[in-house]
Amino acid sequence: MSFSTILFQLGSGMLKSMGIFLWTIVLSLPLGLFVSFGRMSKNNTLRNIVKVYISIMRGTPLMLQLMIVYYSPFLLFGMNIKSFRFPAIIIGFAINYAAYFAEIFRSGIESMPVGQYEAARILGYGKKQTFIKIILPQVIKRILPSVTNEVITLVKDTSLAFSLAYMEMFSIAKQIVAKESTFMPFIVAAIFYYIFNFVVATFMEQIENKLSYYR
Amino acid sequence: MKILEMNHINKKFGDLEVIKDISLSVSEGEILSIIGPSGSGKSTILRCATMLESINGGEIIYMGQKAAYTDNNKNVIYAKGKEAKYINSKFGLVFQNFNLFPHYSVIKNITDAPIHVQKRNKKEVFEQAKALLEKVGLTDKADYYPFQLSGGQQQRVSIARALCMNPKILFFDEPTSALDPELTIEILKVIRALAKEHMTMVIVTHEMNFAKEVSNRIIFMEKGVIVEEMTPDEMFSSNNERTKTFLGRYHNMA
Repeated sequence: MSFSTILFQLGSGMLKSMGIFLWTIVLSLPLGLFVSFGRMSKNNTLRNIVKVYISIMRGTPLMLQLMIVYYSPFLLFGMNIKSFRFPAIIIGFAINYAAYFAEIFRSGIESMPVGQYEAARILGYGKKQTFIKIILPQVIKRILPSVTNEVITLVKDTSLAFSLAYMEMFSIAKQIVAKESTFMPFIVAAIFYYIFNFVVATFMEQIENKLSYYR
Repeated sequence: MKILEMNHINKKFGDLEVIKDISLSVSEGEILSIIGPSGSGKSTILRCATMLESINGGEIIYMGQKAAYTDNNKNVIYAKGKEAKYINSKFGLVFQNFNLFPHYSVIKNITDAPIHVQKRNKKEVFEQAKALLEKVGLTDKADYYPFQLSGGQQQRVSIARALCMNPKILFFDEPTSALDPELTIEILKVIRALAKEHMTMVIVTHEMNFAKEVSNRIIFMEKGVIVEEMTPDEMFSSNNERTKTFLGRYHNMA
Protein backbone atom coordinates (compact mmCIF):
# COMPACT_ATOMS: atom_id res chain seq x y z
CA MET A 1 0.00 0.00 0.00
CA SER A 2 1.47 3.31 -1.02
CA PHE A 3 1.98 6.16 1.39
CA SER A 4 -0.55 8.31 -0.41
CA THR A 5 -3.18 5.59 -0.11
CA ILE A 6 -2.52 5.34 3.59
CA LEU A 7 -2.80 9.11 3.90
CA PHE A 8 -6.01 9.08 1.95
CA GLN A 9 -7.55 6.30 4.04
CA LEU A 10 -6.50 7.88 7.32
CA GLY A 11 -7.75 11.21 6.04
CA SER A 12 -11.19 9.80 5.36
CA GLY A 13 -11.10 8.22 8.84
CA MET A 14 -10.22 11.61 10.24
CA LEU A 15 -13.36 13.08 8.70
CA LYS A 16 -15.39 10.47 10.57
CA SER A 17 -13.55 11.25 13.80
CA MET A 18 -14.39 14.89 13.26
CA GLY A 19 -18.00 13.92 12.70
CA ILE A 20 -18.13 12.22 16.09
CA PHE A 21 -16.40 15.21 17.64
CA LEU A 22 -18.72 17.84 16.19
CA TRP A 23 -21.93 15.95 16.90
CA THR A 24 -20.84 15.31 20.46
CA ILE A 25 -19.99 18.96 21.08
CA VAL A 26 -23.23 20.23 19.55
CA LEU A 27 -25.34 17.84 21.61
CA SER A 28 -23.47 17.54 24.89
CA LEU A 29 -22.93 21.24 25.63
CA PRO A 30 -26.63 22.21 25.70
CA LEU A 31 -27.53 18.86 27.27
CA GLY A 32 -24.87 19.46 29.91
CA LEU A 33 -26.38 22.86 30.71
CA PHE A 34 -29.79 21.29 31.29
CA VAL A 35 -28.28 18.47 33.32
CA SER A 36 -26.57 21.08 35.49
CA PHE A 37 -29.98 22.68 36.12
CA GLY A 38 -31.22 19.29 37.27
CA ARG A 39 -28.13 18.88 39.43
CA MET A 40 -28.88 22.22 41.13
CA SER A 41 -32.65 21.73 41.29
CA LYS A 42 -34.53 22.35 44.51
CA ASN A 43 -36.46 19.18 43.79
CA ASN A 44 -34.73 16.43 45.78
CA THR A 45 -35.82 13.56 43.54
CA LEU A 46 -34.67 15.22 40.35
CA ARG A 47 -31.41 16.34 41.91
CA ASN A 48 -30.64 12.85 43.16
CA ILE A 49 -31.49 11.17 39.88
CA VAL A 50 -29.15 13.57 38.08
CA LYS A 51 -26.49 12.98 40.71
CA VAL A 52 -26.65 9.21 40.13
CA TYR A 53 -26.56 9.74 36.37
CA ILE A 54 -23.44 11.91 36.59
CA SER A 55 -21.84 9.49 38.99
CA ILE A 56 -22.39 6.52 36.64
CA MET A 57 -21.19 8.44 33.58
CA ARG A 58 -18.02 9.49 35.34
CA GLY A 59 -17.54 6.25 37.23
CA THR A 60 -17.58 3.75 34.38
CA PRO A 61 -15.45 3.48 31.23
CA LEU A 62 -16.72 5.35 28.21
CA MET A 63 -15.92 2.33 26.03
CA LEU A 64 -18.22 0.19 28.14
CA GLN A 65 -20.97 2.82 27.93
CA LEU A 66 -20.67 2.87 24.15
CA MET A 67 -21.13 -0.87 24.02
CA ILE A 68 -24.13 -0.82 26.32
CA VAL A 69 -25.79 1.92 24.26
CA TYR A 70 -25.10 0.05 21.03
CA TYR A 71 -26.05 -3.49 22.04
CA SER A 72 -28.89 -2.94 24.49
CA PRO A 73 -31.65 -2.33 21.87
CA PHE A 74 -30.83 -5.77 20.49
CA LEU A 75 -30.21 -7.54 23.78
CA LEU A 76 -33.25 -6.04 25.52
CA PHE A 77 -35.78 -5.77 22.70
CA GLY A 78 -34.37 -7.93 19.92
CA MET A 79 -34.20 -4.90 17.64
CA ASN A 80 -32.07 -4.78 14.50
CA ILE A 81 -29.09 -2.57 15.31
CA LYS A 82 -27.27 -2.67 11.98
CA SER A 83 -27.88 0.96 11.14
CA PHE A 84 -27.66 2.01 14.79
CA ARG A 85 -23.85 2.08 14.98
CA PHE A 86 -23.27 5.78 14.36
CA PRO A 87 -26.28 7.00 16.36
CA ALA A 88 -25.18 4.77 19.25
CA ILE A 89 -21.72 6.30 19.21
CA ILE A 90 -23.12 9.83 19.20
CA ILE A 91 -25.62 9.05 21.96
CA GLY A 92 -22.92 7.37 24.04
CA PHE A 93 -20.48 10.23 23.66
CA ALA A 94 -23.14 12.91 24.16
CA ILE A 95 -24.56 11.54 27.41
CA ASN A 96 -21.08 10.90 28.76
CA TYR A 97 -19.71 14.33 27.94
CA ALA A 98 -22.93 16.02 29.06
CA ALA A 99 -22.24 14.68 32.55
CA TYR A 100 -18.78 16.26 32.62
CA PHE A 101 -19.98 19.51 31.09
CA ALA A 102 -22.85 19.60 33.60
CA GLU A 103 -20.39 19.63 36.48
CA ILE A 104 -18.36 22.34 34.77
CA PHE A 105 -21.47 24.46 34.21
CA ARG A 106 -22.50 23.91 37.82
CA SER A 107 -19.14 25.05 39.14
CA GLY A 108 -19.40 28.15 36.96
CA ILE A 109 -22.96 29.00 37.89
CA GLU A 110 -22.37 28.44 41.58
CA SER A 111 -19.29 30.66 41.51
CA MET A 112 -21.34 33.67 40.38
CA PRO A 113 -21.63 36.27 43.12
CA VAL A 114 -25.15 36.62 44.49
CA GLY A 115 -24.87 40.39 43.94
CA GLN A 116 -25.27 39.88 40.20
CA TYR A 117 -28.63 38.21 40.75
CA GLU A 118 -29.66 40.89 43.23
CA ALA A 119 -28.71 43.75 40.95
CA ALA A 120 -30.62 42.11 38.09
CA ARG A 121 -33.64 41.61 40.28
CA ILE A 122 -33.68 45.22 41.47
CA LEU A 123 -33.48 46.34 37.84
CA GLY A 124 -36.55 44.24 37.07
CA TYR A 125 -35.00 41.51 34.93
CA GLY A 126 -37.02 38.31 34.96
CA LYS A 127 -35.46 35.00 35.93
CA LYS A 128 -34.89 33.91 32.34
CA GLN A 129 -33.54 37.29 31.28
CA THR A 130 -31.21 37.35 34.27
CA PHE A 131 -29.79 33.96 33.42
CA ILE A 132 -29.42 34.49 29.69
CA LYS A 133 -28.22 38.10 29.70
CA ILE A 134 -26.37 38.47 32.97
CA ILE A 135 -25.32 35.10 34.35
CA LEU A 136 -24.63 32.78 31.40
CA PRO A 137 -22.21 35.06 29.50
CA GLN A 138 -20.10 35.43 32.62
CA VAL A 139 -20.32 31.71 33.38
CA ILE A 140 -19.08 30.86 29.88
CA LYS A 141 -16.05 33.07 30.35
CA ARG A 142 -15.29 31.48 33.70
CA ILE A 143 -15.59 27.88 32.58
CA LEU A 144 -13.84 28.19 29.23
CA PRO A 145 -10.47 26.79 30.40
CA SER A 146 -12.16 23.70 31.88
CA VAL A 147 -14.27 23.26 28.75
CA THR A 148 -11.13 23.45 26.60
CA ASN A 149 -9.68 20.63 28.68
CA GLU A 150 -12.70 18.43 28.05
CA VAL A 151 -12.87 19.27 24.38
CA ILE A 152 -9.25 18.27 23.88
CA THR A 153 -9.89 15.01 25.69
CA LEU A 154 -12.87 14.43 23.42
CA VAL A 155 -10.72 14.70 20.29
CA LYS A 156 -8.64 11.81 21.57
CA ASP A 157 -11.64 9.91 22.97
CA THR A 158 -13.23 9.70 19.51
CA SER A 159 -10.80 6.83 18.95
CA LEU A 160 -12.88 4.77 21.39
CA ALA A 161 -15.44 4.39 18.61
CA PHE A 162 -13.15 1.60 17.33
CA SER A 163 -14.75 -0.59 20.01
CA LEU A 164 -17.98 -0.53 17.99
CA ALA A 165 -16.03 -1.26 14.81
CA TYR A 166 -16.74 2.22 13.49
CA MET A 167 -14.24 3.14 10.80
CA GLU A 168 -12.83 6.34 12.22
CA MET A 169 -9.16 7.18 12.02
CA PHE A 170 -7.87 4.96 14.82
CA SER A 171 -9.74 1.86 13.56
CA ILE A 172 -8.37 2.40 10.10
CA ALA A 173 -4.83 2.91 11.36
CA LYS A 174 -5.05 -0.31 13.35
CA GLN A 175 -6.37 -2.15 10.35
CA ILE A 176 -3.61 -0.99 8.03
CA VAL A 177 -0.96 -1.75 10.62
CA ALA A 178 -2.26 -5.31 10.98
CA LYS A 179 -2.58 -5.86 7.22
CA GLU A 180 0.62 -4.24 6.00
CA SER A 181 2.72 -4.90 9.07
CA THR A 182 4.03 -1.34 9.08
CA PHE A 183 4.12 0.96 12.06
CA MET A 184 3.77 4.08 9.97
CA PRO A 185 -0.05 4.52 10.07
CA PHE A 186 0.13 4.94 13.84
CA ILE A 187 2.65 7.73 13.45
CA VAL A 188 0.53 9.42 10.81
CA ALA A 189 -2.61 9.01 12.95
CA ALA A 190 -0.77 10.51 15.92
CA ILE A 191 0.23 13.49 13.80
CA PHE A 192 -3.34 13.88 12.56
CA TYR A 193 -4.75 13.78 16.10
CA TYR A 194 -2.17 16.29 17.18
CA ILE A 195 -3.00 18.68 14.35
CA PHE A 196 -6.71 18.24 15.06
CA ASN A 197 -6.15 19.15 18.69
CA PHE A 198 -3.84 21.98 17.83
CA VAL A 199 -6.57 23.54 15.72
CA VAL A 200 -9.17 22.95 18.45
CA ALA A 201 -6.94 24.44 21.14
CA THR A 202 -6.16 27.47 18.97
CA PHE A 203 -9.86 27.97 18.32
CA MET A 204 -10.67 27.79 22.03
CA GLU A 205 -7.87 30.21 22.79
CA GLN A 206 -9.37 32.64 20.32
CA ILE A 207 -12.72 32.49 22.05
CA GLU A 208 -10.95 33.11 25.35
CA ASN A 209 -9.22 36.13 23.86
CA LYS A 210 -12.51 37.40 22.53
CA LEU A 211 -13.99 37.24 26.01
CA SER A 212 -11.03 38.90 27.66
CA TYR A 213 -12.44 42.35 26.96
CA TYR A 214 -13.70 42.39 30.53
CA ARG A 215 -12.67 41.00 33.87
CA MET B 1 -47.38 61.90 49.94
CA LYS B 2 -45.84 58.84 51.55
CA ILE B 3 -43.61 57.00 49.12
CA LEU B 4 -42.75 54.16 51.46
CA GLU B 5 -44.38 52.85 54.59
CA MET B 6 -43.04 49.93 56.55
CA ASN B 7 -45.20 48.85 59.46
CA HIS B 8 -44.33 46.43 62.26
CA ILE B 9 -41.67 44.68 60.24
CA ASN B 10 -40.25 41.48 61.64
CA LYS B 11 -37.37 39.60 60.12
CA LYS B 12 -35.74 36.44 61.34
CA PHE B 13 -32.74 34.52 60.10
CA GLY B 14 -33.57 31.10 61.47
CA ASP B 15 -34.18 31.71 65.16
CA LEU B 16 -32.32 34.98 65.19
CA GLU B 17 -34.61 37.99 65.18
CA VAL B 18 -32.74 40.71 63.30
CA ILE B 19 -35.62 43.16 62.85
CA LYS B 20 -38.04 43.55 65.71
CA ASP B 21 -41.29 45.33 65.01
CA ILE B 22 -39.82 48.25 63.11
CA SER B 23 -42.03 50.90 61.55
CA LEU B 24 -40.85 53.75 59.40
CA SER B 25 -42.07 55.87 56.55
CA VAL B 26 -40.57 58.12 53.94
CA SER B 27 -42.40 61.03 52.34
CA GLU B 28 -41.81 62.39 48.88
CA GLY B 29 -38.63 64.45 48.70
CA GLU B 30 -37.50 63.33 52.09
CA ILE B 31 -34.03 62.01 52.84
CA LEU B 32 -33.80 59.50 55.62
CA SER B 33 -30.50 58.23 56.96
CA ILE B 34 -30.21 55.05 58.97
CA ILE B 35 -27.19 54.78 61.23
CA GLY B 36 -26.12 52.27 63.83
CA PRO B 37 -23.44 49.74 64.71
CA SER B 38 -22.68 46.68 62.59
CA GLY B 39 -25.25 43.97 63.03
CA SER B 40 -27.94 46.43 64.09
CA GLY B 41 -30.17 45.38 61.21
CA LYS B 42 -29.91 48.60 59.23
CA SER B 43 -28.86 46.92 56.02
CA THR B 44 -31.42 44.19 56.57
CA ILE B 45 -34.28 46.67 56.81
CA LEU B 46 -33.15 48.10 53.48
CA ARG B 47 -33.00 44.65 51.94
CA CYS B 48 -36.50 44.00 53.24
CA ALA B 49 -37.75 47.24 51.74
CA THR B 50 -36.30 46.27 48.37
CA MET B 51 -37.66 42.70 48.62
CA LEU B 52 -34.21 41.13 48.51
CA GLU B 53 -35.12 39.61 51.86
CA SER B 54 -38.63 38.47 52.64
CA ILE B 55 -40.15 39.66 55.88
CA ASN B 56 -41.64 37.41 58.55
CA GLY B 57 -44.29 39.88 59.61
CA GLY B 58 -45.59 43.40 59.01
CA GLU B 59 -46.42 45.29 55.85
CA ILE B 60 -44.60 47.20 53.16
CA ILE B 61 -46.49 49.83 51.20
CA TYR B 62 -45.22 51.78 48.21
CA MET B 63 -47.27 54.83 47.29
CA GLY B 64 -50.37 53.37 48.82
CA GLN B 65 -49.93 49.97 47.15
CA LYS B 66 -49.29 46.96 49.32
CA ALA B 67 -46.07 45.23 48.35
CA ALA B 68 -46.40 42.86 51.29
CA TYR B 69 -48.76 42.34 54.19
CA THR B 70 -49.49 39.86 56.93
CA ASP B 71 -52.85 38.09 56.84
CA ASN B 72 -54.92 36.92 59.83
CA ASN B 73 -53.05 33.63 59.93
CA LYS B 74 -49.76 35.51 60.21
CA ASN B 75 -48.71 34.54 56.72
CA VAL B 76 -46.86 37.20 54.80
CA ILE B 77 -48.37 37.76 51.38
CA TYR B 78 -46.28 39.46 48.69
CA ALA B 79 -47.71 41.21 45.66
CA LYS B 80 -47.33 39.12 42.53
CA GLY B 81 -47.15 39.50 38.77
CA LYS B 82 -48.00 42.86 37.28
CA GLU B 83 -48.52 44.47 40.65
CA ALA B 84 -45.12 43.31 41.90
CA LYS B 85 -43.50 44.57 38.70
CA TYR B 86 -45.16 47.95 39.12
CA ILE B 87 -44.01 48.25 42.71
CA ASN B 88 -40.52 47.06 41.80
CA SER B 89 -40.24 49.85 39.24
CA LYS B 90 -40.80 52.45 41.95
CA PHE B 91 -37.54 51.94 43.81
CA GLY B 92 -33.86 51.66 43.04
CA LEU B 93 -30.98 50.36 45.11
CA VAL B 94 -27.31 51.25 45.18
CA PHE B 95 -25.25 48.41 46.62
CA GLN B 96 -22.24 48.60 48.87
CA ASN B 97 -20.11 46.75 46.33
CA PHE B 98 -21.71 48.27 43.21
CA ASN B 99 -22.72 44.99 41.52
CA LEU B 100 -22.24 46.39 38.05
CA PHE B 101 -22.45 43.84 35.25
CA PRO B 102 -18.79 43.31 34.33
CA HIS B 103 -19.48 42.13 30.80
CA TYR B 104 -21.45 45.26 29.92
CA SER B 105 -19.90 48.62 29.16
CA VAL B 106 -20.82 51.57 31.36
CA ILE B 107 -23.46 52.80 28.94
CA LYS B 108 -24.97 49.34 28.53
CA ASN B 109 -25.05 48.85 32.29
CA ILE B 110 -27.15 51.98 32.51
CA THR B 111 -29.37 51.57 29.45
CA ASP B 112 -30.03 47.83 29.19
CA ALA B 113 -32.75 47.53 31.83
CA PRO B 114 -34.65 50.68 30.78
CA ILE B 115 -34.66 49.40 27.19
CA HIS B 116 -35.25 45.68 27.72
CA VAL B 117 -37.17 45.63 30.97
CA GLN B 118 -39.09 48.89 30.86
CA LYS B 119 -39.31 48.69 27.05
CA ARG B 120 -38.65 52.36 26.69
CA ASN B 121 -37.56 54.16 23.56
CA LYS B 122 -33.88 53.51 22.87
CA LYS B 123 -33.00 57.01 21.80
CA GLU B 124 -34.67 58.57 24.79
CA VAL B 125 -32.94 56.16 27.19
CA PHE B 126 -29.53 56.85 25.69
CA GLU B 127 -30.07 60.58 25.99
CA GLN B 128 -31.07 60.19 29.61
CA ALA B 129 -28.08 57.92 30.26
CA LYS B 130 -25.71 60.48 28.78
CA ALA B 131 -27.23 63.22 30.90
CA LEU B 132 -26.86 61.02 33.98
CA LEU B 133 -23.23 60.26 33.17
CA GLU B 134 -22.63 63.97 32.94
CA LYS B 135 -24.32 64.45 36.26
CA VAL B 136 -22.05 61.90 37.96
CA GLY B 137 -19.01 63.28 36.12
CA LEU B 138 -18.25 60.31 33.91
CA THR B 139 -19.14 61.56 30.44
CA ASP B 140 -15.89 60.26 28.98
CA LYS B 141 -16.28 56.78 30.46
CA ALA B 142 -19.40 55.63 28.60
CA ASP B 143 -17.61 52.93 26.63
CA TYR B 144 -15.39 51.71 29.45
CA TYR B 145 -15.92 48.43 31.23
CA PRO B 146 -16.37 48.36 35.00
CA PHE B 147 -12.93 46.79 35.64
CA GLN B 148 -11.31 49.81 34.02
CA LEU B 149 -12.86 52.16 36.58
CA SER B 150 -11.98 53.01 40.16
CA GLY B 151 -14.34 51.97 42.93
CA GLY B 152 -15.70 55.48 43.20
CA GLN B 153 -16.32 55.64 39.48
CA GLN B 154 -18.02 52.25 39.54
CA GLN B 155 -20.27 53.39 42.34
CA ARG B 156 -21.19 56.52 40.42
CA VAL B 157 -22.08 54.37 37.42
CA SER B 158 -24.27 52.23 39.64
CA ILE B 159 -26.04 55.36 40.89
CA ALA B 160 -26.62 56.43 37.28
CA ARG B 161 -27.89 52.94 36.50
CA ALA B 162 -30.39 53.12 39.34
CA LEU B 163 -31.50 56.63 38.34
CA CYS B 164 -32.06 55.72 34.71
CA MET B 165 -34.94 53.50 35.84
CA ASN B 166 -36.68 56.70 37.06
CA PRO B 167 -37.39 55.41 40.56
CA LYS B 168 -39.57 57.33 42.98
CA ILE B 169 -37.25 56.40 45.81
CA LEU B 170 -33.60 55.46 45.87
CA PHE B 171 -32.00 53.28 48.55
CA PHE B 172 -28.30 53.36 49.36
CA ASP B 173 -26.83 50.41 51.22
CA GLU B 174 -23.60 51.72 52.74
CA PRO B 175 -22.59 53.19 49.38
CA THR B 176 -19.17 54.31 50.54
CA SER B 177 -18.12 51.44 52.79
CA ALA B 178 -16.04 49.77 50.09
CA LEU B 179 -14.27 53.01 49.21
CA ASP B 180 -11.33 54.95 50.58
CA PRO B 181 -11.95 58.46 51.93
CA GLU B 182 -10.99 60.21 48.71
CA LEU B 183 -13.40 58.16 46.63
CA THR B 184 -16.05 58.49 49.32
CA ILE B 185 -16.10 62.23 48.71
CA GLU B 186 -16.99 61.62 45.03
CA ILE B 187 -20.04 59.61 46.02
CA LEU B 188 -21.18 62.00 48.71
CA LYS B 189 -20.99 64.81 46.17
CA VAL B 190 -23.36 62.96 43.88
CA ILE B 191 -25.80 62.17 46.67
CA ARG B 192 -25.67 65.78 47.77
CA ALA B 193 -26.57 66.86 44.24
CA LEU B 194 -29.50 64.46 44.25
CA ALA B 195 -30.63 65.85 47.58
CA LYS B 196 -30.71 69.31 46.06
CA GLU B 197 -33.12 67.99 43.45
CA HIS B 198 -35.28 66.55 46.22
CA MET B 199 -34.82 62.97 45.20
CA THR B 200 -36.45 60.76 47.81
CA MET B 201 -33.68 58.71 49.40
CA VAL B 202 -32.99 56.29 52.21
CA ILE B 203 -29.32 56.04 53.06
CA VAL B 204 -27.76 53.42 55.31
CA THR B 205 -24.40 54.86 56.17
CA HIS B 206 -21.44 55.08 58.51
CA GLU B 207 -20.69 58.63 57.46
CA MET B 208 -22.20 60.42 60.47
CA ASN B 209 -21.32 63.93 59.45
CA PHE B 210 -22.66 63.34 56.01
CA ALA B 211 -25.88 61.89 57.40
CA LYS B 212 -26.26 64.96 59.54
CA GLU B 213 -25.60 67.30 56.67
CA VAL B 214 -27.73 65.75 53.97
CA SER B 215 -30.75 64.16 55.61
CA ASN B 216 -34.05 65.49 56.92
CA ARG B 217 -34.39 62.70 59.42
CA ILE B 218 -32.06 60.20 61.02
CA ILE B 219 -32.87 56.84 62.52
CA PHE B 220 -30.46 55.26 64.96
CA MET B 221 -30.84 51.49 65.04
CA GLU B 222 -29.42 48.87 67.31
CA LYS B 223 -30.13 45.18 67.82
CA GLY B 224 -33.03 45.19 65.41
CA VAL B 225 -34.94 48.10 66.92
CA ILE B 226 -35.10 51.83 66.33
CA VAL B 227 -33.41 53.40 69.33
CA GLU B 228 -34.09 56.95 68.33
CA GLU B 229 -35.53 58.92 65.47
CA MET B 230 -34.28 62.46 65.23
CA THR B 231 -33.63 65.50 63.12
CA PRO B 232 -30.03 66.17 62.10
CA ASP B 233 -29.83 69.07 64.56
CA GLU B 234 -30.75 66.77 67.41
CA MET B 235 -28.26 64.13 66.36
CA PHE B 236 -25.10 65.15 68.16
CA SER B 237 -27.03 66.61 71.08
CA SER B 238 -29.13 63.52 71.74
CA ASN B 239 -30.07 62.75 75.32
CA ASN B 240 -30.42 59.08 74.57
CA GLU B 241 -27.60 57.27 76.37
CA ARG B 242 -27.10 54.67 73.65
CA THR B 243 -27.07 57.21 70.84
CA LYS B 244 -24.65 59.34 72.80
CA THR B 245 -22.23 56.47 73.32
CA PHE B 246 -22.38 55.45 69.70
CA LEU B 247 -21.83 58.93 68.35
CA GLY B 248 -19.34 59.70 71.09
CA ARG B 249 -17.25 56.77 69.99
CA TYR B 250 -17.51 58.03 66.47
CA HIS B 251 -16.33 61.47 67.53
CA ASN B 252 -13.38 60.07 69.42
CA MET B 253 -12.45 58.01 66.43
CA ALA B 254 -12.80 60.93 64.06
